[in-house]
Amino acid sequence: DELVKECLQEGTKLVQAVADNLFNLPSTEDVDGPLVKLPPPTTKLPREKHLPKPKPPTKWEEFAKKKGIKNRKKDKVVWDEQTGTWKRRFGYDRVNDDKDIPIIEAKMTDEPGEDPFAKRQDDKKKRVEKQEKNRLQNLKQAAKLGALPSHVQLAATALPITGTQAPPKKVTKDELGNVAGMAATSTASGGKFDRKLPEEKPAKKQGKHRKFLPVVEGSGIGSREKEQTENVLNKLISKHSHEILNVDKAVTMYNVKKEKKGRNRKNQEGRSSSTSNKLKPKKQLHKKGAKKGPGSSKKGKA
Amino acid sequence: MMKIKTPMKGRVKRELDKRAPKLVETGKKTLILQGTKTSGTLNCVLSEIYHLKKGGAVRYTRKNDNIRPFESGGETSLEFFSLKTDCSIFVYGSHSKKRPNNLVIGRMYDHHVYDLIGVGVENFKSIESFSYDKKIAPRVGSKPFIAFIGEGFENVDELKHLKEVLLDLLRGEVVENINLAGLDRAYICTAISSNKVYLTHCALRLKKSGTVVPRMELVEVGPSMDLVVRRHRLPNEGLRKEAMKTAKDQPKKKVKNVSSDAIQGTIGKIYIPDQKVGEMALPNKAKGVKRERRE
Repeated sequence: DELVKECLQEGTKLVQAVADNLFNLPSTEDVDGPLVKLPPPTTKLPREKHLPKPKPPTKWEEFAKKKGIKNRKKDKVVWDEQTGTWKRRFGYDRVNDDKDIPIIEAKMTDEPGEDPFAKRQDDKKKRVEKQEKNRLQNLKQAAKLGALPSHVQLAATALPITGTQAPPKKVTKDELGNVAGMAATSTASGGKFDRKLPEEKPAKKQGKHRKFLPVVEGSGIGSREKEQTENVLNKLISKHSHEILNVDKAVTMYNVKKEKKGRNRKNQEGRSSSTSNKLKPKKQLHKKGAKKGPGSSKKGKA
Repeated sequence: MMKIKTPMKGRVKRELDKRAPKLVETGKKTLILQGTKTSGTLNCVLSEIYHLKKGGAVRYTRKNDNIRPFESGGETSLEFFSLKTDCSIFVYGSHSKKRPNNLVIGRMYDHHVYDLIGVGVENFKSIESFSYDKKIAPRVGSKPFIAFIGEGFENVDELKHLKEVLLDLLRGEVVENINLAGLDRAYICTAISSNKVYLTHCALRLKKSGTVVPRMELVEVGPSMDLVVRRHRLPNEGLRKEAMKTAKDQPKKKVKNVSSDAIQGTIGKIYIPDQKVGEMALPNKAKGVKRERRE
């Protein structure tokens, strides 16, 4: 507590000294109080962002400087001789609009089949495209020097080498992780000792993906190879078909087919399908056998 | 094939321009956040720092497990947050048995970590524990007086670093003109030992005195705490030199042909080349040179 008091005393002295210098600076009177212009700072503190680089002059600016062309301020409204009013220089009701021209006289250099109005529009489009191209080149030059204006971003829309205009496919985070894992496993040590980036997660499934049976194994009922082949054969011959048959699935399949048939009959009333009728009962028998349950099928097939 | 992307709305463009690097910088924004575990005192400390810097601070209240400022890999989250919120100073609080009530104050250059200093907080007294006349309470955003007492701030490396960081943190907005009626706060930092600093925040009371300069009186108002410097990381030399560059540092280009005279002031000489009068072109075009009239 004594310490606190001493600190405050020392602090008061220091603050008083600074305030002395401050109040003695030339001040201007303001609404709230005297305003003082501070002297430049003496302690150097680091910046938070890099110094902005000056913009390189654009192609036009260089040309204008060389030729001595000065920029002239233009008015928003211009006197239109034709109508005798003040019209806008650009925009809705402008002075030299392309659509206001009633007649274009033919010149000796014109071809007979050409539409001069369309030609004027095409020319304007070409001029606009050329301007956009020049603007892009200026921005690219600025970006190369690191002085791109802060609100502009240059985005690549397509790969420069390939000829197709398809947009690049967006890869998801999981896909990238999978691909990275695949690349890692193709290294000599299977990707175990690769230096990982700070936030990279470990590979999802490590080790072998398939399990093969050992070559030499003891025989007996427990032998795995015998089991494997037995499973396959049973599925083929449907030995224990009551276990294999999915009764619910069979029932639903049958019901769905019946519904479809009913709908078809409604839609195609005129059509006669004698051959299909003949086939149908047989199918129904087969399905009915399945529907009745495991007991019946055993009788039929065993 | 490149496409130019410009923002469609003026508001977005203005925001982007605000975040662009400037020639002369105004104050840095502060990001206040927490680690895996925080204690009660640490929570108070962080919220009070946020109050002190209300105008230019962002407070994150969730805990962040993956931020470890002093390790090389644990800074990516911090840099991402700094980019998103445009903050260049951060205050990260965490509490563990090895380092109780730990505050890491760090700065960024171009949204990458520039330097760090880790301090421990002891003997924290919050704003509520001080009783004072509410009328003299300092207003939000006023420029403070910052005083450093003790030779430790000149000699000891860590304390020098702490001084710089505290200056940056407590500075507020950088202005050229200041209104003398609005001076109402002061931060006093005293070096108690070679690694302990007593920081307190006081309100100023200006009393009438005979001259133009009023008499200052300090009243302890705000939080006061003991900061124990635990570890710190200084920036590497190249980065430091780059960050300290200012706009005025550009070498003054020698202006040629200008000299100053005591009597006449600044004088320069104009050199005119030889005028070859006989070979100059006439302004009025000769009749034969003009464009022929159309039929």
